[in-house]
Amino acid sequence: MAYSDKVLDHYQNPRNVGSLDKDDPNVGTGVVGAPECGDVMKLQIKVADDGRIVDAKFKTYGCGSAIASSSLATEWLKGTSVDAAAQIKNTQIVEELSLPPVKIHCSVLAEDAIKAAIEDWRKKRAAQQTESGVKA
Amino acid sequence: MKTPVYLDYSATTPCDPRVVQRMLPFFSETFGNAASRSHAFGWTAEAAVEQARAQVAQLIGAHPKEIIWTSGSTEANNLAIKGVAEMYRPKGNHLITAATEHKAVLDPMKRLESQGFEVTWLPVDGKGHVDLDQLAAAITDRTILVSLMAANNEIGTLHPIAEIGAICKQKGTLFHTDATQAPGKIPLDVEAQHVDLMSLSAHKMYGPKGVGCLYVRRKNPRVRLVAQMDGGGHERGMRSGTLNVTGIVGMGEAARICREEMATEVPKLRALRDRLDARVREQFADAVWNGDLAARLPHLTNISFPYVEGESLIMGVKELAVSSGSACTSASLEPSYVLKSLGLGDELAHSSIRFSLGRFTTEQEVDFAADRVVQEVKRLREMSPLWEMVQDGVDLSKVKWTVH
Repeated sequence: MAYSDKVLDHYQNPRNVGSLDKDDPNVGTGVVGAPECGDVMKLQIKVADDGRIVDAKFKTYGCGSAIASSSLATEWLKGTSVDAAAQIKNTQIVEELSLPPVKIHCSVLAEDAIKAAIEDWRKKRAAQQTESGVKA
Repeated sequence: MKTPVYLDYSATTPCDPRVVQRMLPFFSETFGNAASRSHAFGWTAEAAVEQARAQVAQLIGAHPKEIIWTSGSTEANNLAIKGVAEMYRPKGNHLITAATEHKAVLDPMKRLESQGFEVTWLPVDGKGHVDLDQLAAAITDRTILVSLMAANNEIGTLHPIAEIGAICKQKGTLFHTDATQAPGKIPLDVEAQHVDLMSLSAHKMYGPKGVGCLYVRRKNPRVRLVAQMDGGGHERGMRSGTLNVTGIVGMGEAARICREEMATEVPKLRALRDRLDARVREQFADAVWNGDLAARLPHLTNISFPYVEGESLIMGVKELAVSSGSACTSASLEPSYVLKSLGLGDELAHSSIRFSLGRFTTEQEVDFAADRVVQEVKRLREMSPLWEMVQDGVDLSKVKWTVH
């Protein structure tokens, strides 16, 4: 299979590989996929008080397109707002990376990972607010 | 050393230069049709075809008249299975094969099933072996054919074909073996191994693509087939179609070289393959070798690297031409059915690489390949959430995954 230059670039020089502290209240973690399906993505965001994503990291077990999709996602996430991040669609990833039809599921997985990370962060924040509400 | 380094000899081999030299005149100078009986062009072509027939027969201990030329192993397998099924339908409608056979055996079997034949699909154990007692028990008086390969193309496991042949002979059923991967790697002898039908392909033994043959036993018992290609009645009526004289000449020469050089070539291949295995093993105690290490092809090794996905690994070692059992290299998303038949989890099946070495592989290439794979597995593990979880003491089998 021929890969697009952008997929190759992300695969060879993945951006933002790594992990953030999942216990940090400002960090949201999304883990999607399953080993038996051949791909698992872990995507993490660190959100500032103003709702801006100040950092994003990923680790991916999967094919080159899955790695590229998650690497690209972290690039797009950094510096954007949580609300804008929630709007990212898999079709944008497909277009940017010129993914062939058999690789569309990689982009879907990346979108799911973004959503899961945001949800995790929102849950944490809601829990935190409830907690501080009780204290007050 | 030139890159990419070719380590996919089980997919296809380059033509040996001696084979090419032998073939060249048959493209232009001696271009006759082997079926032309009325002039010298035809006679020359026919003589060359018969010489090649004798060379191939000698490789497997057969009589030249028992060799039927085909376009390759796929056609030979189709002819053997469908041809026997059609001919022996009055005797019975039952055939036996195994889950790890090549698609060119499985799919003709499936077609027969759809036409009212019954097929027993024998399971294999973790190393890729069928249970011989189970095989014997599966044979009934309605069984007309057992088809089990000599050597598996993905994992290299060698079936004990002499024992299988003896069981079939004793039970009175025909035995076909797809021996595509075997020539020049393991001894083939249709008499000693009690083989009734054997498929071979030229391009897996340093001959050209597009030519192969089916060995069809002539006596004890005489095997009869219904032709699957009708026409001019070539090949004793079993396979019509003008002979690919150039290709056949190449296959004959390739067979000669395999037979004459196997004794020196196999130890060399095995040493190189073992060197590759050892270099990988010393870096990854958790790598998994697929197949039967005690009975496998000498030039092949199939390794799964846990926590790393196969396609990304292959993409990373782009200086190497190797194959993956991963789903993603094919149009389907299913990982290798051969690896799954061994009971290997999908995750390990997704993580496998097949290295197959050959006549022109050097020690330098093997070392380079091992080092590149080691380097890339390490890089991808640093990127793998599974590897991270395992380092953190997480039991992956207990994680609730979001299956999509």
